[in-house]
Amino acid sequence: MFESQSHKVTKSQDKCKIKNLVFIFLTCVLCLVSCDLFAQPISSTELINNTKEYDGKVVVYAGEVIGDVMARQDHAWINVHDGNNAIGIWLSKYLTKDIQYTGSYKAKGDWVEVTGVFQRACLEHGGDLDIHAQKIRTIKSGSVVPEELDFNKGYIVVVLSACLLLIWILTLLKHK
Amino acid sequence: MILKPHKEDIKAIGYYLGKITLGLGFTMLIPIIMGFASGEFNPTLDFLISLELALIIGLVLTKLCFTEKDLDWMQGMIVVSLAWLVAMALGAIPLYLSGHWKSYLDACFDSMSGFATTGLVLVCGLDHLSYTHNLWRHLIMFIGGQGIVIVALSFFVKGFSGAFKMYVGEARDERILPNVINTARFIWVVSIVYLILGTLALGIVGLLNGMKPLNAFFHGACVFMAAFDTGGFTPQSQNILYYHSLPFELVTIVIMVLGAMNFKLHYHIWMGNRKEIFKNIETVTLFITVLATFFITAIGLNQLHTYPKAIMLLRKGFYQLISGHTGTGYQTIYAPQFINEWSHLAMVGVILAMALGGAVCSTTGAIKMLRVGIIFKALVQDIKKIILPDRAIVLQKFHHIKNSFLEDRQVRAMLLITLLYLVLYGIGSIVGMWFGYPFLSSLFESTSAAANVGLSCGITNINMPAALKITYIFQMWAGRLEFMAVFTLAGFVVAAIRGK
Repeated sequence: MFESQSHKVTKSQDKCKIKNLVFIFLTCVLCLVSCDLFAQPISSTELINNTKEYDGKVVVYAGEVIGDVMARQDHAWINVHDGNNAIGIWLSKYLTKDIQYTGSYKAKGDWVEVTGVFQRACLEHGGDLDIHAQKIRTIKSGSVVPEELDFNKGYIVVVLSACLLLIWILTLLKHK
Repeated sequence: MILKPHKEDIKAIGYYLGKITLGLGFTMLIPIIMGFASGEFNPTLDFLISLELALIIGLVLTKLCFTEKDLDWMQGMIVVSLAWLVAMALGAIPLYLSGHWKSYLDACFDSMSGFATTGLVLVCGLDHLSYTHNLWRHLIMFIGGQGIVIVALSFFVKGFSGAFKMYVGEARDERILPNVINTARFIWVVSIVYLILGTLALGIVGLLNGMKPLNAFFHGACVFMAAFDTGGFTPQSQNILYYHSLPFELVTIVIMVLGAMNFKLHYHIWMGNRKEIFKNIETVTLFITVLATFFITAIGLNQLHTYPKAIMLLRKGFYQLISGHTGTGYQTIYAPQFINEWSHLAMVGVILAMALGGAVCSTTGAIKMLRVGIIFKALVQDIKKIILPDRAIVLQKFHHIKNSFLEDRQVRAMLLITLLYLVLYGIGSIVGMWFGYPFLSSLFESTSAAANVGLSCGITNINMPAALKITYIFQMWAGRLEFMAVFTLAGFVVAAIRGK
């Protein structure tokens, strides 16, 4: 009887242990998921100034895609500018398919969030400081920036043209 | 007794300054055409305003100061030194109007950096800058690299005998052809031929790298202009790191080295005298100093195991070194990486390379190879004099296009300019330290500015003190003109104030 009682105790203890393990496991999963969902992007300045600290680690980095999407066989390079610096992102070509706009004089580039491995001196790319992207998502779509003519500059051009013409006529008269 | 400058001096200076201003103004037609072609209307207006201002100033100066007198040495030197300041001020106008520079001083900084082929930048939002402004940034490097006066000599102010005085004032004391105007034109021919070839090469590499065709060739032209003129500007904020491409880096290395070679050497190679490249004191010195400084840099990088693979050491260590030695300033690393990841020894290797520079009569700044080579030969000669018996006559020869014997007068001049460069590097370092920057960083940035290189370890940014910006502008200007024109201007100002 004593034996059966002790069996019951150990069984209930096991159940408790399993419950605890499940709880811990779920908490960990939740933490990881929430980390991934709500992770704060690291700034380029932080990454560039602390390269050794972040080297080889998975980081979240966000910024505007600028310049060209440079396809290299089944991969591509994009450069993402967070307002301070631009960092090169090496990613699978298919991950670039959602990039609609890249930053230039005439366009605001897509604002993307990149999750990937930060490399201080990438072995694959000759020592470049880069991020090898695992995933990328567009936070805010870019757009074409329509150019509005600055009329003040136009007026200055007209006034200066008049001055120039006047000086030219005066020099011609002086010659005569 | 100091004599006050005559009215005739001021008239002659004003007249030729006016002509150079007109010449500079007309160069703005190129970005204007670009602006129309790319449909960038506000940038086009920026350049129309600047062009008109340049033409007004140029016309007023040439009419008010009209003279038929030729320039003397003093006037020629002053015209050159002032022409570079006028170019800076005029070149900065369209930049400032674009709204990408925080202040007119910042625009002047970038304008002087462009004309003096330095490459340090204070621009904000470079990745959103128009094609028109970007073309201008690189064009001023191309113009500055050939020499602002050479632009005027070649196309605008032809046929006056004061040309040589201005040519010398612009730190070009070697005539390739008997006539200085033909020399100026030859420099342009060389540059245009290389421009076409270089743009094609970089454009094709850009296309293969996955860039859009228009961007590939636009970047190709811009990067060529800045590399051949050992400038260092690029159309994107990441500099050469933007391209993530070994072939692109290799092509730029070739262009940088071509830019660092003496135009006289180019002439001899073009004329079929290819052996000259192996015999010339400048190329031999350049080869030795590149090896020596790279050795120092590589040892330094190895101390901290910054780049564990040979290819990384070459693409990062050697690239920054050759870029610094040729005076270009192209970077494939971020500025803070110099401080955070490079050992002091590695940085000293690059500082030495920057301080030495390329060939005379090239587009580079700094002490230059001919001076380094001759000073070394003089040292050897002096050691021989000590070792050999008193009666022995020690003659030292060197080969620079032709064989020549070393003369004390020559060595003195070379040592004097070298000393002045060292003083200039020191002045910038002291000012940097005055504002609280560490010694090595201050020395690095100061050498980069004074030697017209453009590599940065992070001091140069829009938030640095205005006094430091002005110091670097002065260093870029004085370093590019190799002092004599600057000293003449200083003497002229003193004479105007204190003379009788």
